[in-house]
Amino acid sequence: MSPPPSESAASTIGGHSESGPAANVSFDAELARAGANVNSRWGMALFLAKRYPLGGVGLAIVTLFILVAVFAPLITGHDPLATNPSISLAKPAAAHLMGTDFMGRDLFSRVIYGARTSLAVAFGATLLGVVFGVLIGLASGYLGGWVDLTTQRVIDMLQALPTLILAMAMAAALGPSLTNTIIAIAIPKLPSIARVIRASTLSLREMPFVEAARAMGMSEMRIALRHILPNTLAPLIVLATAGLGSAILVEASLSFLGLGVPEPHPSWGRMLSESAAEYVRTAPWLVIFPGLAITFAVFGTNLLGDALRDILDPRQRTSN
Amino acid sequence: MPDGANDMNANVPVLDVRNLKKHFPVRKGLLRKVAGHVYAVDGVSFSIARGQTLGLVGESGCGKSTVARAVIRLIEPTSGEVRILGRDILSLSKDELRESRRQAQIIFQDPFSSLNPRMSAGEIVGEPLLVHGIGNKKEREERVAALFDRVGLRASQMGSLPHQFSGGQRQRIGIARALALDPQLIIGDEPVSALDVSIQAQVINLLMDLQAEKNLSYLFIAHDLAVVEHISHRVAVMYLGRVVEHAETRALFSSPQHPYTEALLSAVPVPNPRLKRQKRLVQGDVPSPINPPPGCHFHTRCPYATEQCKVEVPPLVEVAPDHWAACHLRKPLVAVV
Repeated sequence: MSPPPSESAASTIGGHSESGPAANVSFDAELARAGANVNSRWGMALFLAKRYPLGGVGLAIVTLFILVAVFAPLITGHDPLATNPSISLAKPAAAHLMGTDFMGRDLFSRVIYGARTSLAVAFGATLLGVVFGVLIGLASGYLGGWVDLTTQRVIDMLQALPTLILAMAMAAALGPSLTNTIIAIAIPKLPSIARVIRASTLSLREMPFVEAARAMGMSEMRIALRHILPNTLAPLIVLATAGLGSAILVEASLSFLGLGVPEPHPSWGRMLSESAAEYVRTAPWLVIFPGLAITFAVFGTNLLGDALRDILDPRQRTSN
Repeated sequence: MPDGANDMNANVPVLDVRNLKKHFPVRKGLLRKVAGHVYAVDGVSFSIARGQTLGLVGESGCGKSTVARAVIRLIEPTSGEVRILGRDILSLSKDELRESRRQAQIIFQDPFSSLNPRMSAGEIVGEPLLVHGIGNKKEREERVAALFDRVGLRASQMGSLPHQFSGGQRQRIGIARALALDPQLIIGDEPVSALDVSIQAQVINLLMDLQAEKNLSYLFIAHDLAVVEHISHRVAVMYLGRVVEHAETRALFSSPQHPYTEALLSAVPVPNPRLKRQKRLVQGDVPSPINPPPGCHFHTRCPYATEQCKVEVPPLVEVAPDHWAACHLRKPLVAVV
């Protein structure tokens, strides 16, 4: 009298690469088994921080950058836009911690304020990409049929182009502005988000709890929003966090190429491009500090994204 | 409330299914041309009276679950007629169907995937009330608490998430959800097959108590004959999408009329090592429902098969009073015209 294991139970155990709902179905239970105090948020956070120290470092870096961006005016007394030709290309010193650029602007405050631009673009683009990616993926996976077929072919086309090329094309078409940069970076993000949500939706819509909702007379729209969407969140959070770093990098690249955020917003990427060719030998700090800022921001978001992926979606783990 | 919902006429069967068919198209190639059909359910008829349980048994893949889903239109049947409390379910519009779903609910096999892992047990059980706009928040909560109590769960567990319950408790949550709308008919799609034997007994007893209390009708699907014998008033045996035998439970278990039923019964383990039984084990596998054998579907495995069985489909005829079988080797009580 031993019944065969049901299909969904089997898929929880067997690890196939497509991200489905199974990863989050038993998430809390899995943590509890590993010894976490599931009932307290702090207990869980503490447990996770201990288990994923690199993720903790990533979180600290990201938090630091967010704080810096928010409290920029309190951190530096200098106006990032004020020019002063008399101290052009000053070396790092007590008055100007990171020196000044060729127009005599304080580099430290420009890097600090640059965090605002970078994070605004990164979070804005990610949010935009997630909202539309989720809508597209949900509609594609849940409705199926020709809706699915057409959206997937459009997504194929978008995915055929490398992120940066697509973002450049979009930025060039839209023209330089902060909002347009956000849109230009969000569009290359759509395909991967839509794909992941679609895959989750495809497996979730066959789940018995969805059938139960249908059997009780729930409308399809409500089923999609109430039963399917919440169960796709785990892979979505992973993807969104991992995408923050690439968004920062793409913004920097676009700005470097002169297609990104225009003056007067200080942008790390443009700070590099303004200085790299002419001053890299004579005033290397103009290149080093914005470069470090980009490096740490990307490093931090990547560490955080990796840890979140390990925590929320263990099947995507590549090593160990 | 629509007409017929409160129809207490005992003569109207709660569920009446006539010649139900569900053929799934098999698509192949680039253009997804229909290359054939899976004859999952191929002309099934039965009815269930108020307060009665029909056990539907058969091997995996014989179409039991498809029947369960087709009678409440979770999948659209290809053809046939389904009446719940006399009302033709298949002709209903979307809105009418939504309203009529209050009369028939379903309990699933897997107690893990049948509950949304992100909703609390109380939300899950209260959701049908919410969907049909029954009561205000407080009334719904009281009703959910009463349902929890009725199925043997504590009302204090309403805030817990599904993973904090055991398999048996989860199945009780599923039962409470099915009861929330006060249905006349509950379809159990192998509701106890995934549970431990001791838990199975508890859940079966709960289902039987509920039936006695609320005069519910059950369509109980299972592959475990002991369970079916215990809970069912009548039993229908399915093989490859067709009902091959249909009778009152005692009659079917004591004198099976179809060779397939005979084989199924002889495969039930009996907890007595000294008992010697004649083995009549069926050879081979169930043939593919994409290309079912002609004539009697069972002839490829039947020890008594004749030439007639290979070409002619045996009709389901009354071979003894209220005992129906689809086999050429049984003489009908009254000759069919």
